[in-house]
Amino acid sequence: MDIALQHQASTEPTTAPAPWGRVRRSRHVADRALKIICTLFTVLGAFVLGWILLMLLVEGIGGLSPAVFTETTPGPGTQGGGIANAIVGSLILTFLGIVVATPVGVLAGTYLAEYGKSSKLAEVIRFVNDILLAAPSILIGLFVYMLMVQPMGGYSGWAGGVALAIIAVPVIVRTTEDMLRLVPGSLREAGAALGAPMSTVIIKISWKAARAGMVTGVLLATARIAGETAPLLFTALNNNFWFSPTLMGGVANLPVMIFQFALSPYENWRELAWAGALIITMSILALSIVARLLLRKDKVR
Amino acid sequence: MSTIALNTSSAVGRAAAGNAEAPVRIAVRDLNFYYGDFRSLKDINLDFYDRQVTALIGPSGCGKSTLLRTFNRIYSLYPEQRADGEILLDGQNVLSSSIDVNELRARVGMVFQKPTPFPMSIYDNIAFGIKLYERLPKSELDGRVEEALRKAALWDEAKDKLRQSGMSLSGGQQQRLCIARTIAQKPEVILLDEPTSALDPISTGKIEELIEQLRSEFTIVIVTHNMQQAARISQFTAFMYLGEVVEFGPTTKMFMNPTKKQTQDYITGRFG
Repeated sequence: MDIALQHQASTEPTTAPAPWGRVRRSRHVADRALKIICTLFTVLGAFVLGWILLMLLVEGIGGLSPAVFTETTPGPGTQGGGIANAIVGSLILTFLGIVVATPVGVLAGTYLAEYGKSSKLAEVIRFVNDILLAAPSILIGLFVYMLMVQPMGGYSGWAGGVALAIIAVPVIVRTTEDMLRLVPGSLREAGAALGAPMSTVIIKISWKAARAGMVTGVLLATARIAGETAPLLFTALNNNFWFSPTLMGGVANLPVMIFQFALSPYENWRELAWAGALIITMSILALSIVARLLLRKDKVR
Repeated sequence: MSTIALNTSSAVGRAAAGNAEAPVRIAVRDLNFYYGDFRSLKDINLDFYDRQVTALIGPSGCGKSTLLRTFNRIYSLYPEQRADGEILLDGQNVLSSSIDVNELRARVGMVFQKPTPFPMSIYDNIAFGIKLYERLPKSELDGRVEEALRKAALWDEAKDKLRQSGMSLSGGQQQRLCIARTIAQKPEVILLDEPTSALDPISTGKIEELIEQLRSEFTIVIVTHNMQQAARISQFTAFMYLGEVVEFGPTTKMFMNPTKKQTQDYITGRFG
C-alpha cells in the first residue's frame, strides 16, 4: 500500500499538469462514494422492510378466513378455529392503556411546556421521561406484576392495561411537550394581553393550536402499545377462551397469542399467528397513516 | 435625507395638533426596568394624555417596546424581568402587587407586531376576550362582535365568514381582527407595538386610518419604527435612546422644531 502510494506520488506530478487537479479528483471520488454508500444502505434497509411486509402478507393472507374473526383460539390438535378472543382482548387492553395514559401524558407534557419550562424539576422530569421511553418493556411488565398481579391474586386485563399505559405515557409526554413548544410565544402573550389567566390561555389557545400534533402523539402511542408483548406476559398473560367480562384472570391478546402459537407444532396455530401478525401490522399502519394525514391537514390550514 | 425631512414635515400638517389640555391618563414616575441584571429603562418620567395618540420612537433596543410592555405588565410572564417605580393609570399604580394583572390587561389592551389570530373562528376570536369578563346572552354577544368588527373596519370583509378560522384572513385583516378583539373588551387604553411593521402599505394605511378613528374613544400609545407614521397619526411623541426619554412633546413640535440635537439627528435620519 505504502509503496503504491509513493509510486503514485512520484509519477503523478509529471502526468497531471494542474497542481490541484489530483485533490479535486479525490474529493470528487469521495463525494460520489458517500452518495453511493448511503443510497446502497438505504436500499438495503428498505429491502429488508419490504421483505418482512411481503412475507407477512403472503403468510398472513393465507391464514385469513371469516372464522379468524368469529371463533376463539383452537385447542391443541383440533382443526380450524379463530382469534376473535385475542382481537377483542387486544382492543380492550390497548383502549384501557391509552385511556389511562392520555390524561397523565397530556397533563405532564403540558406541565413541562407551559409551567416547568427550564426549571430544575422540569429538567429532572424530562430526563426520567427519556429513561422511561427507552426502558425495556419486560421490566415494566415485571413492575406491574409486583404492583398489581401479586396483590390482586392473579393475572388480569387491568394489570395489562396499566402496563401498556406505562409504556404509552412517556411517548405522549414527549409529543405533547414538543407540540406545545411549537406554539409561538406571541400567541400566549396575545391571550394574556386580553386578561386571560394562564389556565385559559393553555386550554383555549395552546391546546387548540397544538391539537393536531397532540392527537397524533396519542395515535402513535396507541400504535406503539398495540404491538407490545413483553409487558403483557406477566400481567394480562393470555387466554385461549373468552375471558371473564370483569377482566380478571388471563385476557387473550394478539401479541402473546402470536408468541405462543408461532412456536407451536400445530399447523393451524401457526397460520393463526400469521393472521394475527398481519392484523396488528395493518392496524398500526392505518393508525400511522391517520396520524400523518391529521398533521398534514393541520399544516395546510 | 432631505426627502425624509420633507415627507415628515408635510405629514405633520395632517395630524391633529396635540391637546395638552387633555387630562393625563397614564403618568409614569421614576420607572426602571431590568432584564435580569441589565437595566434597560432608566428613571422614565412621562405623561400620556387622555384620548390622544402618543408615539414612542427611537432606534432599535432603545427601550420603547419595553416601556410599552410595562403598562399592562405583560413582561411579568417572564420571571427574569421586573420593573420598579410607578405607572399611575387614573391615579392607581399598576405596578402595585395589589392590582389584579388580568383585570388590568382587560383595561389596557395590546396589539402586537405580528398578527396573532387565535386558532379559532373569527367570531370566537372576538368573543374570547368579551367572555372572559362578561356573561352575555347570545344576541348581545353577537352585537358586541359586530360592533367591534365595524369599529376595526373589518365587518364588510368578514361578515359572511364569521365561522371561518381567523387564520384564513390576510395579514392586514388578521391585524385588524386583533385590534377588533382588543376593542371588543372596551379597554381604556390601547397599546400598539409596531402594529404595521409586518404589513403591506395598503394594510398599513387602513390601520392608520383606524387608529385615527379610535382616538375619539381610547387613549393610544404606539411604538413605531416609522417616523412618517409617528408624524401622521400621533399628537404626542416621545423620543427614546438607550433606555431614557430624550425628548417628549407635541408631535408637531418634535418634528418641526425639536429642542435636543439628538432628536433632530434621529428625525432627519442622521443616526438610528
